[in-house]
Amino acid sequence: MMDSLALHLPALLVAIPLFTAFLIPLAGRAGDTARSALVLLGAALTSLAGLALAARVFARGTVLYVFGAAAPHAAIPMDSGGIPIRIIFQVDALGALMVVIASLSSLAIALYSLAAESRQSGKDGFYSMLFLLVTGVLGMVSTGDLFNFFVFLEISSLAGAALVAYRIDKGEAVEGGLKYALLSTVGALSVLMAIGILFAQYNALNIATVASRLRFGSLDMIALVLLAVPLAMKCGAVPMHFWTPDTYTTAPSSITALLVVSSQASLYGLFRILFTLYGDLLRFNWAVFGWFLVILGALSAFVGVTMAIPQKDVKRLMAYHAVSQTGYMLLGVGVGLAVFADAGALAAYGKTAMAGGLFHIINHAMYKGLLFLTAGAVFYRTGTRNLNRLGGLGHAMPWTMVFFMIGALAIAGIPPFNGFASKLLIYESVFRFSPFLAILAMVVSILTLASFVKVFHSMFMGPPRAEFAGVREVPAPMIAGMAILAAFVILAGLVPQVFVDRMIAPAVNALVDRAGYIAAILGGH
Amino acid sequence: MDIPWTLQTGAGAWNPLLWLVGFAVAFGVAWLVRSRGRPDNRSGDALKPFISGNEEPENAGGHIPASNLYWGFTEAMKTYYSRLVPFHTGIPSDYVAWLLGVMALMLVIALTV
Repeated sequence: MMDSLALHLPALLVAIPLFTAFLIPLAGRAGDTARSALVLLGAALTSLAGLALAARVFARGTVLYVFGAAAPHAAIPMDSGGIPIRIIFQVDALGALMVVIASLSSLAIALYSLAAESRQSGKDGFYSMLFLLVTGVLGMVSTGDLFNFFVFLEISSLAGAALVAYRIDKGEAVEGGLKYALLSTVGALSVLMAIGILFAQYNALNIATVASRLRFGSLDMIALVLLAVPLAMKCGAVPMHFWTPDTYTTAPSSITALLVVSSQASLYGLFRILFTLYGDLLRFNWAVFGWFLVILGALSAFVGVTMAIPQKDVKRLMAYHAVSQTGYMLLGVGVGLAVFADAGALAAYGKTAMAGGLFHIINHAMYKGLLFLTAGAVFYRTGTRNLNRLGGLGHAMPWTMVFFMIGALAIAGIPPFNGFASKLLIYESVFRFSPFLAILAMVVSILTLASFVKVFHSMFMGPPRAEFAGVREVPAPMIAGMAILAAFVILAGLVPQVFVDRMIAPAVNALVDRAGYIAAILGGH
Repeated sequence: MDIPWTLQTGAGAWNPLLWLVGFAVAFGVAWLVRSRGRPDNRSGDALKPFISGNEEPENAGGHIPASNLYWGFTEAMKTYYSRLVPFHTGIPSDYVAWLLGVMALMLVIALTV
């Protein structure tokens, strides 16, 4: 029984949230308690499946799952002419890292939402969309098929846009949702066109198969740009970041935290395309696309943080910081990509830079998710996001304040929290690539600290204000949701080497091992 | 000797647990110094803030709003902000134009370099 469950974990990973999404309206008819119980059960089972799958991948290597095949590992049917024609999930260590992020975040967010959304109407649709968004994200990071990737990208984008616009507030939310939907649709069309170009040439949609057949002609390079640029836009890279503050600000805070994870799934897609699909050591122009990521990263880090500092809306400020932090990830992995063809540089600092970038993805998902949840907690009690109106809340909301401090110190790269560990890896490795970029990254951290000192002062410091006299701490489920993320932030900060050894280093190796990814599918043929 | 749970950064190492021990020792020394101070010097006028001879404002008026913080930074960076902020138009078609612009630039680079 357990073996059979373990065998089908990749299918369960998307099946559980998908079925939960469609069961929620039914449970809602039985009342709030039944719906809440289903939300909690669905989130817990999804996380359990995700963590179990990730543990299996980190312990035994890449997991393949072929939908509809007699044996889940039979990637290529006997009569298919050597083409893996079925839908295949291929979860390597990089995918497993992303599954861990989505699993932990979605559990914390579902728990938090139970209390945060308790006073709202339309909860059936809200939770259904939330689980569809989780399905989309988990599918994007698990699939080994280009068209499947597009489908899951669309699921996550549409569910995300619907959730952003769900709580209509003077048209603001609808505007945020519309912008997200528009940009996502234009990006998805571009991705679909690229997949069409590749399919027309290579008669395959499987990533490993297309990678093994790629000829690096002009059409292939056009397809690469059509894939890479929209995915960079979806992760909020400057100068395509404009939708991020508009969308993150207006979405409910729990959804904003989930949108951060969704953006990181796009980042995963970008790295998968560059390293696995196109990462041929001899024929790929590593320097051009490496510098593409490095420039986007440096711009995102600096523009994001400098735009954050003058903001008065706490969520808009945090949204710009999300852009800025994405810059670190792009910078770290970009340096690895830029020096990929130079074995010496790759071994000396390229892989460390990539490890820093990938470690920052999981760290950022946790502390940025935590920060958005604390902003949501403040809004839940005070009804405002305006930093000029807030103040003195530390007296009434001590738990929220402590969680905010943990998140703020982590994002600013203050030891011993997790943000410091990943930033240290990035600083030291990027310095050997370009001292200027390393110094820029450090300046951005200092500005980040300054920005969050302002937020901390504005929200929590000062004497209690008369207009917030009735404010008290948020309900227990919201505290529990924030506590899950805060616990990770502290743990990954205290024992970073454990995370690097067990999760990040295998993910880096998976990212650079293109031949291994292809062989997992086509190995016997 | 390898110290467990030390993050190897390629150019150096970082052990948060050792850092915490160091922090605890520094905290202990600070506490020790403080505990040796004069206990009778903690009451009366010594507790009042000195604000250049001005009266201490009422509590509610003492909180500085967010917009007033880092005024000097944004003022010094006025030229930078005056160029950067206008790009953030809030108009969706502009957002799409930036996406298409970057895509066009990358197409030219990818096909020519």
